[in-house]
Amino acid sequence: MPRIVVDVMPKPEILDPQGKAIVGALPRLGFTAFSAVRQGKRFELTVDGEVTEEILAQARNAAETLLSNPVIEDVVNVEVVEA
Amino acid sequence: MTELPLIGEAVAVAAHPQLAGAKIGVVTFPGTLDDRDAVRAVRLAGATPVALWHADTTLGDVDAVVIPGGFSYGDYLRAGAISRFAPLMSKIIDAANSDARLPVLGICNGFQILTESHLLPGSMIKNDHLKFMCRDQVLRVENNTTAWTGDYGVGQEITVPLKNQDGQYIADEKTLDALEAEGRVVFRYVGWNPNGSRRDIAGIANAAGNVVGLMPHPEHAVEAGFGPEDGSGTEGLGFFTSVLNKIVGDNK
Repeated sequence: MPRIVVDVMPKPEILDPQGKAIVGALPRLGFTAFSAVRQGKRFELTVDGEVTEEILAQARNAAETLLSNPVIEDVVNVEVVEA
Repeated sequence: MTELPLIGEAVAVAAHPQLAGAKIGVVTFPGTLDDRDAVRAVRLAGATPVALWHADTTLGDVDAVVIPGGFSYGDYLRAGAISRFAPLMSKIIDAANSDARLPVLGICNGFQILTESHLLPGSMIKNDHLKFMCRDQVLRVENNTTAWTGDYGVGQEITVPLKNQDGQYIADEKTLDALEAEGRVVFRYVGWNPNGSRRDIAGIANAAGNVVGLMPHPEHAVEAGFGPEDGSGTEGLGFFTSVLNKIVGDNK
């Protein structure tokens, strides 16, 4: 069954405290190549049947209204993934 | 409902006979923690608490609403994000924006729900130090013209408990400047900023002053012997007496 993947990231200008904690932990494990980490969210919306333009529009709408908060987050990607 | 008092002598401050007739709704969502304390605070202030359920489709005849703290829907997705779409919330949003300007107070998770509902601007993210924080917190009252702060003085400092993980108030600079210019910063943290909130903001109001949200918990500082040891321990009660006086004043 096809899925619609929605990726949400904290806005660039907003400090991401979780990403900051992760970047602090990486070098302790020897991962020294990374100077910054930002943590986002990935949603997978399963569709029973074909993904029509209407369903994709619904997903984009849901991404903007429920899945993300436009004050602090950006929807960076909405795409269809065939199973 | 548990009858007063649990210990010692509870002193209700109600003097005006009209106060007891004032009905203040307290909303419970799945995962709400502080609804019982809010109900008790309403009763101690002298009003009649009305329990409201998130799935209710009507507000009944309440004169004001408190959205209490907790972890509604486990803070899943974002704190307050799922509660914002509860059936009762659409009624609260309509009533808050109506000409009647229903007074609404959001405490902690309730504040997060109010920002997700766009009744208040900005948002909350994780505390800058990433830890859950629980302490007695000094706040300065910056605006006493809101529905919930009339019984305080401007510049008055009050101590109430603070307990949160996602308590860092953020908004863009334009929004922050507008909030300051319009006097809508209602409370600021004093002494130490416990979560990295922009401009030490602990609570804000909407333009009309009927909707107020804050992260600290006035409903935990309403009864001697239970509240913070600094100060009287009852410095949160003024929220609830303020809205009662507002309601009674409006009904004169």
